[in-house]
Amino acid sequence: MSRTARIRLFWAAAVVFAVAYAAACTGLPRFGTLAHPYATRAVAAALHQRTANVVSSVNFDQRAFDTLGEESILFAAVLGTIVLLRHARDERTGRPRPGRVLPSTRLLGMVLLPVTLLTGVYIVAHGQLSPGGGFQGGVILATGLHLAYVAADYRVLKRIRPLAFLDAADAAGAGAFAALGLAGLVAGGAYLQNVLPLGTFGQLSSGGLVPVVNAAVGVEVGAGVIVLLAFFLDQAVEVRSPEEHGTGGGG
Amino acid sequence: MTILPFLAAGWIFLAGVHGMVTSRNAIHAVGCLAVAQSSTYVLLLAVGFRRGGTAPYFSDTSLRTRVVDPVVQALALTDVVVGATVTALLLGLAMQVRKRHGTVDPDALTGLKG
Amino acid sequence: MRTADLLPLAVAVPLLGAVALVIGGRWLPRVATDALATVWAAMDVADLAWLWAGTGDGHSVSWLGGWYPRRGESVGIVLAGDRIGIGLALLTATLVLAVIVYSWRYFEEPPAQHAGTFPALILLFEAGMCGFALTGDLFDAFVFFELMGAVAYALTGYRIEDPRPVQGALIFGIVNSIGAYCSLLGIGLLYARTGELGLAQIGSALQTHRADALEVVAFVFVMTGLLVKAAVVPFHFWLPDAHSVAPTPVCMLLSGVMVELGVYGAARVYWTVFSGPHGIPHPHLRTAFVAAGVLTALVGAVMCWQQRHLKRMLAFSTVGHVGLFLAGMALLTPAGTAGVALYVAAHAGVKAALFGTTGVLLDRHGSVDEHGLHGRGRDLPLAGAMFTLGGLALAGLPPFGTALGKAVTEHAAEGRFPWLSAVFVVVSAATGGAVLRAAARIFGGAGPRPQEHYAGPETTGSGEEPEIRDPQRRIPAPMLAVPAILLCTSLAVGVLPALAGSLARAARQFTDRTAYAAAVQGHAIAPAAAVPDVGWSTEGVALALASTVLAALLAAAAIWGPALAWRGMGTARAALRAAGRSVVLPLRRLHSGHLGDYVSWLVVGVALLLLVMAA
Repeated sequence: MSRTARIRLFWAAAVVFAVAYAAACTGLPRFGTLAHPYATRAVAAALHQRTANVVSSVNFDQRAFDTLGEESILFAAVLGTIVLLRHARDERTGRPRPGRVLPSTRLLGMVLLPVTLLTGVYIVAHGQLSPGGGFQGGVILATGLHLAYVAADYRVLKRIRPLAFLDAADAAGAGAFAALGLAGLVAGGAYLQNVLPLGTFGQLSSGGLVPVVNAAVGVEVGAGVIVLLAFFLDQAVEVRSPEEHGTGGGG
Repeated sequence: MTILPFLAAGWIFLAGVHGMVTSRNAIHAVGCLAVAQSSTYVLLLAVGFRRGGTAPYFSDTSLRTRVVDPVVQALALTDVVVGATVTALLLGLAMQVRKRHGTVDPDALTGLKG
Repeated sequence: MRTADLLPLAVAVPLLGAVALVIGGRWLPRVATDALATVWAAMDVADLAWLWAGTGDGHSVSWLGGWYPRRGESVGIVLAGDRIGIGLALLTATLVLAVIVYSWRYFEEPPAQHAGTFPALILLFEAGMCGFALTGDLFDAFVFFELMGAVAYALTGYRIEDPRPVQGALIFGIVNSIGAYCSLLGIGLLYARTGELGLAQIGSALQTHRADALEVVAFVFVMTGLLVKAAVVPFHFWLPDAHSVAPTPVCMLLSGVMVELGVYGAARVYWTVFSGPHGIPHPHLRTAFVAAGVLTALVGAVMCWQQRHLKRMLAFSTVGHVGLFLAGMALLTPAGTAGVALYVAAHAGVKAALFGTTGVLLDRHGSVDEHGLHGRGRDLPLAGAMFTLGGLALAGLPPFGTALGKAVTEHAAEGRFPWLSAVFVVVSAATGGAVLRAAARIFGGAGPRPQEHYAGPETTGSGEEPEIRDPQRRIPAPMLAVPAILLCTSLAVGVLPALAGSLARAARQFTDRTAYAAAVQGHAIAPAAAVPDVGWSTEGVALALASTVLAALLAAAAIWGPALAWRGMGTARAALRAAGRSVVLPLRRLHSGHLGDYVSWLVVGVALLLLVMAA
């Protein structure tokens, strides 16, 4: 199909799409409506489970199975990246060159690195109380580590990044979530059912399994994102492209 | 116009898809996919809005405070993680396409046809 | 242990297996990793077999997190399985076990330090597919749909040294993701209207509204993702590109069950959510989806016949058969559903066996090109026999399960669409015939070597990167044993009346939204409809034999036809060539391998569906 034909075809279809979608929107409840039956039940259930952060309660307790699936996607994406960005037979690797960094950048990085890591841990640990949780904290932890790449260089990052361990930690975090769910079955309840005491509302130890699962997710996300970025950085910094490109196949 | 936030979601979706249709660069196409996906965040969060509602956290507010729908926020969070990981995979694939074909222009990728 | 507890375990077991393989793969030798993967896959088969037995003809229901409904309302996610859903999960688990055994010695070298990655990804794929088949929650279905998608993209691009897999995987990923996000928009619209996410709960909440634009648009959006996965025309373009380049063991799963899960999902969502009194009316849906199924089947059959790239041929045959599955499901009767369930189970075995045998050819000769391999398969008699048998089974040779499933579905269509039998016969004959043609040429050296001439845009399949590189060694035993066993299971689907009977009773449950909703709420009721008859009939056997004979004739005509010098052959050939120029060539041109084209077609598909459903 020629480019013009393709774009015309798209526009013809897009007009139908737009009209239908707009018509559908007129049937939606008013923006800002007060009637949210599921939300009302979810808030009540979260308070009953003594979890002040209702979003965490939904993610890690009421609809924890969604999150288990989603953690598996992250786990799969890390494995997939390991496979897709492995060193091909015809690729050579080079040694990363030391980078030059401004002293002010270096200083800022050295100050920010521990602060960022601490923030990450805080966000993970308080997931059941305040905005945040395993994902958000995990991502902060992972990106915080990469301040070393900005403030120093790639070789320093490699030294403070035990990839083999992190790879296993990513798997262990994903596995811990799935295994914690089994506790409910062992205790005679349902899969992913809470088995821990609920604690006092608003305290760090409240919410039963929520903080534990949060921690597992935090480990998985933190480790997973570092491994993911490691393989991309490796491609950018170390791998030299193969000497000859494939021909593209075809008849 | 109380349906404007909903319409915005449809607009973003079509804009992303339009980008993929006209894209001349696979990396750009993956970016457009992320744009199309962000329409789902907009729709979910717009659906969950409650007039006068605040964030669904009860750490320092009364238990009777009116809050917006926490379920859609949880769904959007799941959606964000799904989107980010799929984007990472697709970018990995796009890098390999660049290495193996020497180009990321869909017009020049003609290995599979018929 | 309660039977229902086996539902979440069907997902958790492969997840934990993947974790064990990733951690263990770092220091275990290759043999131990393979053994670990096999044990884990077998555990999931056992779990689902137990669940199948324990569920009987009713439902198994598990409210995760212990969030049982109070006064009919819950905040949790429910897993609900009848023997259609559980059967599909069991089929998935069985095929995963077969694939893991098949690939024991398959890949030359796993990525360094990550020996367990390939089987771990396969187990994650299994978790995604089982979760999708068993869930009773719409958003949860989206999550597991994305899990199987993400794993499938990575597995498709596994052979990074070859330029084609990475391209096919990228297209696969982008097109399927757009479909998934479209579905999520639909889920958002449904949530806005009903404030629910469970399938049964949305279904009952929708009944308080009259059907309007919102419901139709939400229906079309949710269906889009599922139909993209099911590769229904015009959403199908990604499938041949992905299936022809993925590693052979992965193709077995993609074509065997993943695509069929799309049809299953569409049917499940329609029955539980939209089939109520104020939903999408049955006649409307029946017309639209039978038409889509027939179109898909015909496009798949024509394109399959045109291929010389064996994996691409098998991929288009999947498109053709999925069209038949969709048409059968869209009859909206228990009989049609039972027929399709049988057909899917038997087709999975046959298609996986065919891909497995193609893997042997790729291993020996580094090519999957029908023309280039002419006569070169003579040294592989066993593989040749299995490939031929697979072709015959695909065409519908009794007593293979494919023939039974086809016959039952055809019989179910007789009342409303008597012409559908002809479509079933033609499509299975064309796809089976293409395989038989390739088998005769490759393994028998039949006919003259095909002449090379320009027949339009094509992918030849020569010069593939072999997936294993050690031509001196013998073919690993599992690579021949697994296809043989898979063919036997397909045969078993046809000859074991007990299996057909239980699928017939399950189909009755599947097509009864009231029974499903009641089961989710914890009180089982018996479905109202009668149990459909799923035995062999004289008429069914006759139609099955007709399609087999037609397939053989087509194959013979393709091989020896050009050499014949009868009177009138010249005219016939000219007519064929004219038909090729006016119908086939434009169709082949549409399969351009261009990302932008495929995305445009996707939007066109959504627009068409919107127009048809709003009409």
